[in-house]
Amino acid sequence: MTLRDPMPHDPLSAPERFLRPARIPEGELDSIVAPDTVPAEFHEPLGIEGQAVRRGDRVFAAISKGAGIFILVLTGAIGLFLAWKAIPALQSNSVNFFTTTEWLPDSTPPVFGIAALAFGTVMTSIIAMGLAFPIGTGIALFIAFYSNRRLSSALAFVVDLLAAVPSIIFGLWGLQFLMPRLEGPISWLSHWFGWIPLFSNPQNIYTRSILIAGIVLAIMILPTISAVSREVFLQVPQGHREAALALGATKWEVVRTAVLPFSKPGMISAAMLGLGRALGETIAVALILSAVFEINWNITAPGGNTFAANIALKWNEAGSNGLSALIASGLVLFVITLAVNMVARLIVARRREFSGANS
Amino acid sequence: MTTPVLTTADVSLASELRGRRLPRWAPAAVAAASLAVAGVLLGIGVIDGLVAFAVISALGFALGQSVYSFVVEGRRHAVDRLMTTAIYAAFVFALAPLVAILTTVLVRGLQVVNAEFFGSTMRNVSPIRPGGGIEHALVGTIEQVLAATLIAVPVGVLVAVYLVEYGTGRLSRAVSFFVDVMTGVPSIVAGLFIYTGLVLTFGMQRSGFAASLALLILMLPVVVRTTEEMLKLVPNDLREASYALGIPKWVTILKIVIPTALSGIITGVMLAVARVAGETAPLLLTTFLTQSMNWNLFNGPQASLPTFVWDQISSGTPASVDRAWGGALVLILFVAVLYIAARLLARAYAPKTR
Repeated sequence: MTLRDPMPHDPLSAPERFLRPARIPEGELDSIVAPDTVPAEFHEPLGIEGQAVRRGDRVFAAISKGAGIFILVLTGAIGLFLAWKAIPALQSNSVNFFTTTEWLPDSTPPVFGIAALAFGTVMTSIIAMGLAFPIGTGIALFIAFYSNRRLSSALAFVVDLLAAVPSIIFGLWGLQFLMPRLEGPISWLSHWFGWIPLFSNPQNIYTRSILIAGIVLAIMILPTISAVSREVFLQVPQGHREAALALGATKWEVVRTAVLPFSKPGMISAAMLGLGRALGETIAVALILSAVFEINWNITAPGGNTFAANIALKWNEAGSNGLSALIASGLVLFVITLAVNMVARLIVARRREFSGANS
Repeated sequence: MTTPVLTTADVSLASELRGRRLPRWAPAAVAAASLAVAGVLLGIGVIDGLVAFAVISALGFALGQSVYSFVVEGRRHAVDRLMTTAIYAAFVFALAPLVAILTTVLVRGLQVVNAEFFGSTMRNVSPIRPGGGIEHALVGTIEQVLAATLIAVPVGVLVAVYLVEYGTGRLSRAVSFFVDVMTGVPSIVAGLFIYTGLVLTFGMQRSGFAASLALLILMLPVVVRTTEEMLKLVPNDLREASYALGIPKWVTILKIVIPTALSGIITGVMLAVARVAGETAPLLLTTFLTQSMNWNLFNGPQASLPTFVWDQISSGTPASVDRAWGGALVLILFVAVLYIAARLLARAYAPKTR
């Protein structure tokens, strides 16, 4: 595809090349002059001078290579700076950073831990994934195989437009529009399925819950999942699908037997890219959840908090140790999302064509 | 009268090969029936609300059609019809929030957006009173995003040039991989990094420019990736023709390759701008909020559209929530115009690969 090795800029070799006839008629092979019989003066540079690689080329190559290395340095620097600035708080912490649910880093002695944050982050992301993965896959299937061809590019555009809506608007909409409208359905859920501990709601308050945050997150990551899955589905060789059709498969059987197995790795990484986005989403979650530092399994009740939301909410009221503690929690978030994204990318890397960065 | 006439035997053979299918009117009939059932339930008060009505109708349709199909056509076709319904439903699920968001923002936003809203700041405007505007936030957002773009474009294009034109071996693969990984860095982490790296370490003040740098980190991978895709589309013939004329490689890249891919690169940049213009979290960490105009990107607190919306929501009074919707409308228009323009540009000037 790409031009890795262009024509060598080697003027010294050019005259030699000109000596060889371009095309040799069959019978004349014997009469070709062997290289060592070429008169010596033809080996001279023939007045063409200059260096093999020009200075401008060297400089430009070095600059662009430097820009590439800058990306690597940047990624490394993010981790290093966060770790460096997290150390003071972690050293001052009087309790276990990973198992404590409280967050009082500016008290003496400092008491803070990420257990509640980790729980909220994972729980909202699981709910978001549980909703968005099947729906996002469905959208991708619809656009790739079910809608007609002219409609599908317009539909893809509309779904991508959802990705362009800023998260603050999702937050505002979730808070002002969706939350009042979800109170009814969620109280219904809690009323009929309250015997499942997850859905029980002793206080009968159905706002600002992990479930609502998860639903808003699901809407936010839908475009990511559907865009990547769609590109994966379009890679399925037409022959596979036609073979299935020729065997009398229904449309769904074509999808199940030909499309899904082929696309499995791509779908997994689509899910993980969506997961990465859900884990790190800040503002929408910060607006919807009522920040509470406890592990509350009743996902329909108010409560919960996430790494990112906690940083945004506590930032301006934190003292120096508080900032350091927030940076420590940010480091944990960075490491988690980095790991999720790297795994997703390693799976995708086997087929370079779909990167998801264009979604 | 030599027209071949189908005998009874042919017809039965054909139908045997095709299997029994539902009549063409069956889906419409099932849909009508399920609507009717849901309507009756709505009428006698078992369910209430339009959403519940739609959900019950859809479930009734899926269930009714599957059972009907199972009886007539057999299991495989029943599953096929059920999944087709589910896939269409998934699509409606995705459209519903988009439509709801756009209409809500439009309806609520238009109540406050007027000339005064664009032309005044929040200085001396009490949170509980209506009035005030977004002039200071608009200026802040434009300055911050412009500064981020001015840095992100040259760096991003250079990285893409490296990946496409020079990169070979492990370094190039590593760069490409980490560009992809960086697209997944949460925006708040970008803000944290700028804060720790520049404010805590080098004593730089929180300012609009610090916010620009945080946005830069979010823009960079998007610019690199889209530019890379575009450079790959430039035909090799063009490069080789240029080399054949003795043009150095770097001049070829600057004068032939990049201009050929320019419209695609501009599209990518606009998409990247649209993506970061609405980012709130990194701005909360790297700037201080203000209600007044600040033209200076490098000094003092500076407002921006997303943080304006955040601030107004946080105030929580009816007047300030109205202003938040107004800010949201301007923000979404800002992003949507960029986004749609980028897509139209991409379509109009798609590189001619052959």
